[in-house]
This record gives sequence, C-alpha cells and structure tokens, in this order.
Amino acid sequence: MNTMFKDETFRDDFTFSNSPAAIKRFPFPFWEDKYRYSVNIEPHVAGPKGSIYEFPIDIDEHYVADMRDRALVLKEDPLRVQALPHMMLAQWDLLELLMTSMARDYPEHFTLERNGDEWHWINRPLKIENTFRFGNAATLPYEPMEYIMRQCQGDITLLDQRENNLWMDAGIATSQADWSLDFDVGMNFMEWHAPVPLAHQQGVFDRALKFLLALQLGKPVRRLNWTMTINPRLDTSPENYHKWGVDRVTVTPENVGDKVHLRVELQALWRLPRSNAIAFSIRAYLIKLNELVTDLDKARRLHRVLQTIPPELVGYKGITRYLDVTRDWLAKYDDGKPTPVGFLFQ
Amino acid sequence: MIEPAIKSRPVYPGLKPDRCAKSNVVVVDKDGRDAFLEMAKTVDDGFLRKTTVLFVKGPPNGHDPAAPLEALGLVNLWVFPSLETLIARLDGLLSISRMGTRLYAAGNEPLISLVVKTALSHGVVHSSIMTEHRGSLRRRVQCVHCKGITENVTTNPAKCSHCGLMLLVRDHYSRRIGAFQGVCIDAEVPGEIPEIKAEFL
Repeated sequence: MNTMFKDETFRDDFTFSNSPAAIKRFPFPFWEDKYRYSVNIEPHVAGPKGSIYEFPIDIDEHYVADMRDRALVLKEDPLRVQALPHMMLAQWDLLELLMTSMARDYPEHFTLERNGDEWHWINRPLKIENTFRFGNAATLPYEPMEYIMRQCQGDITLLDQRENNLWMDAGIATSQADWSLDFDVGMNFMEWHAPVPLAHQQGVFDRALKFLLALQLGKPVRRLNWTMTINPRLDTSPENYHKWGVDRVTVTPENVGDKVHLRVELQALWRLPRSNAIAFSIRAYLIKLNELVTDLDKARRLHRVLQTIPPELVGYKGITRYLDVTRDWLAKYDDGKPTPVGFLFQ
Repeated sequence: MIEPAIKSRPVYPGLKPDRCAKSNVVVVDKDGRDAFLEMAKTVDDGFLRKTTVLFVKGPPNGHDPAAPLEALGLVNLWVFPSLETLIARLDGLLSISRMGTRLYAAGNEPLISLVVKTALSHGVVHSSIMTEHRGSLRRRVQCVHCKGITENVTTNPAKCSHCGLMLLVRDHYSRRIGAFQGVCIDAEVPGEIPEIKAEFL
C-alpha cells in the first residue's frame, strides 16, 4: 500500500482514525451472521495487493504513531518486555525474520545490508540506523527482540518448544487485550490460555497446540481474534486496567459510534530456524463503529454476531457494560437483508 | 485436596518417595510435617539417612512440633522460625546440591509456591518436585498493577498490602512469581466492591 504515516494518538486525546483505504482493508473477522468459536487457523500466505495479507508483516498508515505509543508504554513500564535467558537465539531469529521481511516488502522505508555477520539496518520512517554484529547483543542498543519490536507493529511472544508443549519464555506486549506478559512469562500453552472460557472444554486448545507443535519452517500460519475496546487505546493491559477500566461506563447511545471500537488481532505464527522456537505475533487493528458502518454488510453482520455471543464470552471480553447500548445502536443498520457468504474483506 | 479450577492453577498430587534419589530435601510446615511422617513410614532407614528436612515450626503452643521428626534419624533436621528464613536456607542448599537430589514440599500453598519458585531459579524442573497441600488455603497474591505480593490472603476480594487497591483474586497462577493474580475489582465503577468473602481459610 502507498503509505503515508499519520500523526495521531492512542491515548489522552485519542486522535486515531482510519483513512477510507484503511477502513476498506480492515480485517473484519466474522464470516457468518452468528458467533462461533473455532480454531480458524490458515496458512499465512500472500493476499491481494493492498490487503493486510499482502506481506507477512503489514506496515500501515498507523506505523509511526503506533511505535511512538509503544515507546511511551515501555518508558513507564519496562516489564512489558521479558526474555528468559535461554531465548537469546530465538530473539535473533525474530530479528532476522522481521528485518528481512520489512526490507524486502517495504524497500522505500527499510534497508538491510548483510555482509556476513555485519548487518546494517536503516529505518527511514523512525530515523533509525544501526550497524551491528548478528549474534552479538552488545552491538545493539537493546536486546534483539526489543530492538526490532520497537520498530515493528504488533506484540510478539516467543514460544520455546519442549515436553510436547509451547512455553511463553519471551515477549513484548504494549498493545494487549488485557493479559499480563509479566505474569504469563514461563507458562505453557494451556496455562497462559487458562482464563479463556468455553474453549478448553471444546478441545480448541488441544487441537491448536497439536497443530502448532508440528508447525514447519517457511510455512507460517495465521488466525483472526477479536474483542471490543472503548476509545482507540492500544495499551489495554491489566497493569493499567485501574486507569482505563472506567472508560467502559462512558458509552451512551449518542457516543457509541465514536467510542466503541472493534479490535481485531491478526495472530501469525512462524517456526524459527536456529532456535526451533515459534514467533507468535499479535497485531491489533482498531476501527470505530462509525467507520465500520460505512460498509452496511459489516454493520448488519456485527449486529447479528453480537446477538449470539455466549454470556461467558461477553464477560471474558469485558464488554458487559456496553453490549446492550452497542447492539441497540447497530440495530438501525440491520435491515434484515442477507449478507454475502464468507469474509467481507479482501 | 485442591481441585483445578483453571489450567494454570497448580495441583499437588501428594508425596511419594523416590527410592532412586541420592539425597532428599524435604520442606514442610506443621501441617505438611504429617504428610512427610506418613511417607516416612513407607521407607527404610537408608532413605531417611540421606534426607534433610527443613521445617517451619510456626508459633509455639506448648508442644515441640519438631519432636516427631527428631525421632526419625534424619541426616539433617533444620528448624526455622519463619518461611522466609527457611527459603533463604533452601536457596543456599540448592546452590550446592547435586544431580540426584529429590525435592519435596508439603504444607500450605505459599510454602509450596516459594519452594517451587526457589527451585526454578536453580534449574530444577517444576514437575520433578513432589508436592502435597496440607492446611490453610491462604494464598500469595500478586497485584497486577503495582506488582507487590500480598501474603496470606484469605478473602476475596482482598486489599493489596502495597498500593491499597481492592483486588479480585483470580485462579490464574504464575509459577515463576509463585502467586495468584490480583486485579482491581472496582476499576470500572470505583467504590463498587462486592461483599468480601473468606474464600481461602
């Protein structure tokens, strides 16, 4: 996509908004007119030009503002980045994956020159340039994962594979939907998903884990996940919940379209070559309902999905207090007509 | 016995002697002592002669709670006035322990939590530790906001002893931190605090 980076905020005055092009490419996660739990994992292969799937790593119009917000979070709370000592090789794997992808797919923004272990990285939008020795963390201003993740949209966790399980032994989370990296580091796949309702009983995590343990190098996979957020706030961490929780009672019939945001996570997973770890990227896309309802098919479908969401998930996703007002507001867009089959975005 | 509410909530299967271990390190409080004494009946003197017991004796009540342990012929019996002093000794002991050492912990959950957490820092695999819950259900709770640990929590919600927020005590548990997660209970409507119940006596 022809990217112009927007100057906007995800906190305080919340000036974030989507351009018409960004609204069009927004990954609306519902493929039918009702809510249904599923593992919904598919190969992370290239999608149409301009879509969020065009490249493995999507850099969009929010990039610069997004990275500025991450820097603010890390300044306040350095524990949002954690890596157990045995994850250093996986950190380098991740840096290689991201730098090579970003430089290949966005050459106007990023350049990577490699001469053996001597690497030269240029990030033009953020005005960063470093020469470093691949494999030697002392030659970078941060550890490799933090260095590159301060320059790449989305949170990431690095999963070590042992004992037929995946262990969240490193990660960076500054735009998470209410889970604590600091608390969860060191947990296995079942443990960090423990608070999720219903899915365990349905065998969703058993199937997902089995699938991911067999993930192959060069064959990344992806899925979409969603929740709702009040205001375009990226940092909806539990650490700061006592500060942003009050937002949830500020929704009125008059401000629903501006306040309530659909928050969709593009979760992508790559096997890493040296460490055999898995990089698990969680990239959040936000859209306010006023923007979303410019597409009537999406408005109608969201209204219907919200009618069928199980109460356990309403509580888990934290939307209890504003679900009714949001459904009522969306009702005026639901004319009873059928919606097209399948996903509503390219 | 503690039932797993969610999958991060640890369960403690009970003490079973590992007769192949070269040495044994056993951590118990007064309630956990009885679990160890029961296990001791099933092993021979050779097992006990390679066993070191670290014992938190708790507040005095006229009886010597260490007496039944003294009669066993252990290689070492170390008695501590508090869990904190015991853990400091355990930390030192594990730093000089060798392959073939088997670790046991029995007692209330804070004791088990701290033994496992300490052992993790010495490279011990958590699932190799024999554990048995006895006594109080009180919990260690980490405030997700200020990261302070509140000890001996018996109620839900409970007040963070550091920042003062009222916390919902979840079943979500971190082995690395050795604590349950506490999350501000009235973040959405400040002051709207449900009845405080004694859930973890």
